[in-house]
Amino acid sequence: MSGRSVTLPRWVDIAAIPLTNVLLAFLVAGLIVLAIGENPLEATRIMISGALGSGEGIGYTLYYTTNYIFTGLAVAFAFHAGLFNIGGEGQAYIGGLGVTLVLLAFDHSLPFAVLLPLAVLAAMLFGALWVLIPAYLQAYRGSHIVITTIMFNFLASALMVYLVVNVLTPVGATEPATRDFTAESAIPFVHEILGRFGIAMDSTPLNLSILLALIACLFVWLYLWHTPWGYELRAFGHSEKAAIYAGVKTRRIILITLCISGALAGLVGVNEIMGVQHRLILNFTAGYGFAGIAVALMGRNHPVGIVLASLLFGVLSQGGAELSFENPAITRDMTVVIQGLVILFSGALVHLTRPWFERLFAFILSRRNALPQEA
Amino acid sequence: MTLPAPAADDHATTPGKATLSPDAAIELRHIEKRFGPTVANRDISMTIRRGAVTGIIGENGAGKSTLMSILYGFYQADAGEILVGGRPLDIRTTHDAIAAGIGMVHQHFVLVDTFTVLENIMLGREGGPLLRQGKSVARRELLRLEAEYGLGIDPDALVGNLPVGAQQRVEILKALYRGADILILDEPTGVLTPQETDQLFRILATLRAKGTTIILITHKLREVMAITDDVYVMRAGAVVAHRPTATTNSQELAELMVGRKVRLKLEKKPAMPGAVQLQATDLGLKDERGVDCLNHINLDLRAGEIVGIAGVSGNGQSELLEVLAGIRAPSSGSFTVGDRKITPQSACDPALMRELGIAHIPEDRHRLGLVTRFTAAESAMLGYQHEAGYRRGWLLDSRAIRASCDRLMERFDVRPRIADLRSANFSGGNQQKLIIARELARHPKVLLVGQPTRGVDIGAIEFIHSQLIAHRDAGCAILVVSVELDEVMSLADRILVMCGGRITGEVAAAEADERELGLMMANARRGGEDAAAPNQRSLRQSRAIP
Amino acid sequence: MDFDAVILTFAATLRLATPLIFCAMAGLLSERSGIVDIGLEGKMLAGAFAAAAVASLTGSVWLGLVAAIAISVFIALIHGYACITQKGNQVVSGVAVNILASGLAIVAGTALFNQGGQTPSLPKEARFLSLNWPGAVAMEQVPVLGPIYAHLISGHNLLVYVALLTVPLTHWLVNETRFGLRLRAVGEKPEAADTAGISVAWLRYRAVLLCGLLTGFAGAYLSTAQNAAFTRDMTAGQGFIALAAMIFGKWRPWPTLGACLLFGLLDAIAIRLQGVKVFGTIQVPVQLVQASPYILTVLLLAGFIGKAVAPKASGIPYVKER
Repeated sequence: MSGRSVTLPRWVDIAAIPLTNVLLAFLVAGLIVLAIGENPLEATRIMISGALGSGEGIGYTLYYTTNYIFTGLAVAFAFHAGLFNIGGEGQAYIGGLGVTLVLLAFDHSLPFAVLLPLAVLAAMLFGALWVLIPAYLQAYRGSHIVITTIMFNFLASALMVYLVVNVLTPVGATEPATRDFTAESAIPFVHEILGRFGIAMDSTPLNLSILLALIACLFVWLYLWHTPWGYELRAFGHSEKAAIYAGVKTRRIILITLCISGALAGLVGVNEIMGVQHRLILNFTAGYGFAGIAVALMGRNHPVGIVLASLLFGVLSQGGAELSFENPAITRDMTVVIQGLVILFSGALVHLTRPWFERLFAFILSRRNALPQEA
Repeated sequence: MTLPAPAADDHATTPGKATLSPDAAIELRHIEKRFGPTVANRDISMTIRRGAVTGIIGENGAGKSTLMSILYGFYQADAGEILVGGRPLDIRTTHDAIAAGIGMVHQHFVLVDTFTVLENIMLGREGGPLLRQGKSVARRELLRLEAEYGLGIDPDALVGNLPVGAQQRVEILKALYRGADILILDEPTGVLTPQETDQLFRILATLRAKGTTIILITHKLREVMAITDDVYVMRAGAVVAHRPTATTNSQELAELMVGRKVRLKLEKKPAMPGAVQLQATDLGLKDERGVDCLNHINLDLRAGEIVGIAGVSGNGQSELLEVLAGIRAPSSGSFTVGDRKITPQSACDPALMRELGIAHIPEDRHRLGLVTRFTAAESAMLGYQHEAGYRRGWLLDSRAIRASCDRLMERFDVRPRIADLRSANFSGGNQQKLIIARELARHPKVLLVGQPTRGVDIGAIEFIHSQLIAHRDAGCAILVVSVELDEVMSLADRILVMCGGRITGEVAAAEADERELGLMMANARRGGEDAAAPNQRSLRQSRAIP
Repeated sequence: MDFDAVILTFAATLRLATPLIFCAMAGLLSERSGIVDIGLEGKMLAGAFAAAAVASLTGSVWLGLVAAIAISVFIALIHGYACITQKGNQVVSGVAVNILASGLAIVAGTALFNQGGQTPSLPKEARFLSLNWPGAVAMEQVPVLGPIYAHLISGHNLLVYVALLTVPLTHWLVNETRFGLRLRAVGEKPEAADTAGISVAWLRYRAVLLCGLLTGFAGAYLSTAQNAAFTRDMTAGQGFIALAAMIFGKWRPWPTLGACLLFGLLDAIAIRLQGVKVFGTIQVPVQLVQASPYILTVLLLAGFIGKAVAPKASGIPYVKER
């Protein structure tokens, strides 16, 4: 083994390696598309045009992006403290329950300006509540957060099915869902707002929740890098010993971090329930929770990266829908495959490409300095 | 304590140089080993006589463990030769070492706690794909070995339940089971009680009587004098002396081990100790195994005084710092800072300690003192992140943080003076300077310091020392823990020696004698072996501080 | 409830517990060697798809089984490579496996059969069918022993019996063989194995491969024995329940079997409890019974049902620290 170790420049760490990992994921995805007898380049063209080639496409893409931002932030936030919150799916689901309860109780009586913050608070509170037990068990009993949050995902499903079917669905309804909420309680759609300004845009689910998502990004960025509590959180994630030295209380930080993480995931409920569906239906979380893991890993746990990664996944979702419409051979499940590949290459195999870069730079350096190569 | 004398037909001690005799079990010739810029082993040549006990002594960092790791196949030497039984041998893996008959008993045991003794010994040498067959064979062999060497242990006992002394015997059996006739023991008595140590020495004597070659790595002079036939002294990566044990004594060995270093002459006024800032009463700490790390520690820290704690690493100094800094809660006793009393019931809280005016420069700078992945500016506020000066409202004020870091770097000449550079990219010395700057910046009432100049270059050492003195003069109560005896002697006004978790001696710095201290550190003072620790308070009273 | 109903419930328990048993033994072998495997679910799903697809295409259920094992082992190798050689985060790798398998199964299924991810219904010849032991029908009328023999012991398909066999086999492998001794050493204290000259990596790879083998069986069972086709996400979290059973069973084969049977029993009862009233008026929600394995897992992990101590080196990539 060569004794010379090369320190890679920062841009390689921040941009080049993550990009390479993502490219590898897409390369493998392309091979899979080939394997099922389709043309990956053609598929990519359709996806991009379907996602970005029209106002409707962009609208849908951004609508998906909104949810990915929420769940991506949730996973990334916990990651910074060294904790793996896989319960985003369940926390989003229960967050939606919170929104539903607020709307069911107050959509007739309170103005929108009061309903919205109430619903947002409810979503965050319920999302945080759903992670509270796993967080407590991790902090106080050392129970593995991963398994407990997975269990709570399933418990959320069971609980919601029970509640929706037995409690919340009005008698005589044809499908399990709550009643429709009032029109005034809905978060305005972007196409509606644009329409008021005379800009024509096709109807899409994109609503003002996307602003909430961006606010959430800002909050996470400020909290993690510009507050003492975020400082402590990151210190704890890097080195528990240094954090204890610095006066951080281990149990408290675990609880607070996971609760904020759950709250962020819960915000999906605001977008879906108050912004799009205008009622509570089953399974509205549709895999956003798990996709959040891929988004966080791809975005290297930073809000900017998460927005970019969410955009990419938004494109994948919308493009995938379009693609499956035009080419039934490639279904929307291809998006799921890509998520899995991204998690694999950006997460588990994250160090795979590093030696390649090191060798490349060592080679470049030696050429530049015209030094003899070490044997 | 006496040990059975070596058998009459043992090799006569020949004073002086190593010869290429066929009696040599192992010969090391000009071994060199570097780790990056650090030279761990420098031109080491040794002859280990067959059937004798050879001791290798030296302080921490002298290079003993590296040398043995090379011998056992963990590392490979950069240069030099190893001969086993007269034949040159290329030891690339532990397999090769084991095949050559070399067995090692590690300082930190590598035993599977959930296995029985038998299973631990069989591991790697099961004698076939099914265990049943192998187990009966192994059991017979094990019982035979136990009988032959007097190492009685129940083969079916769970290793995790055995006392430490017994676990060590399992390690020895493991080596013997693999046919080792050369046994390396790395700091074997560090975790043993005095009784267990006696037992170990009896076993070693038996092994020697049966012709096993033993290499004993230790820093404990008493043991070296008790059981070895000859001894090599290592210092700073090189062999500085080789003596047949019978021709030397603890004092000489201590002197060789510690070395006649150039004492840094520090200009310092005599101390003017003021009020007591921290008082520890009967402080005790037990670790998870129930072993006493700290035992009846009584300690006063006065304003305007530097108390130095000398002692070989691993004798409780680190634990003492951790307890006083609030990182660990004491198991018994208490200590008082200001009007606050910390007892075993108090929750450990480093933040509270800081509030009470205690600053802590930790021994482990990488894991505790800073966060290597933080920038220098971020590391410069570690522990003080809630201070108003760093904030503007609820948010951190990055400009204020950076400015504060710049000031610290300026004051202590930390280079490169880039506050945004990642902490990991600073040299060890500069990291240390940053940490010290941080902890001194708030003029703490009490300063706890562990290894202040480890890995720091000479120029910076002088600066750090002068800063500590300056703070002492300004009224700070300072506790310095250092394995560098030199440093303790030049910095401290009062020197305490710790050994085995106790304070075994106290000397005023002006009266301190290097040799005497070395002996106290190795717990080999004349007539004081394992005597109960003297009552420190009466000692202090009897040695009035001028 | 009459005696026959009890026997039938127990018989259903065995059939429902079979995939859990396969997966739990698989996870046990992997974790005892120190590799955490969250991806049991994904491997089982992939195996289920492969078995159904190949069985449908070739008409041979045995080829389907082989295909299931092959794909599971392949995925296990990827997980092993990421965890052992690349020293990556084992949990992340497991999550990746699950998501990948879930998507790939549908993609491949749609490409092959164009039925929205489902595989075509398998004819009887391409499935594992119930095996009736000799004299089962004749004995059925015999009181007490008859139904036990006819329904509980006889009448299951081959893979159920194989699953039950894996338990003593795993126990034997782990406790009575050299491989098992080394496996346990590597999972508790890899340094001990390393200094004894044992290759930690190679041993972990073998454990991971065995894990893949068993999850392949689990998958084949789901799609070619218990059911007659592969359907989307048919594993329904059983891979995670198997993990819970393994923790419940403290990483030991026989107690784990007990846990799997318990979960299977709960499942079998769930169907029966639908509509049953407890305490006269309260109807037990079916979701509560369905959720009980998950609730039980959480309770266990909280330490309320005894302390679960994982193999000490579990989840920590082995780096030779010197």
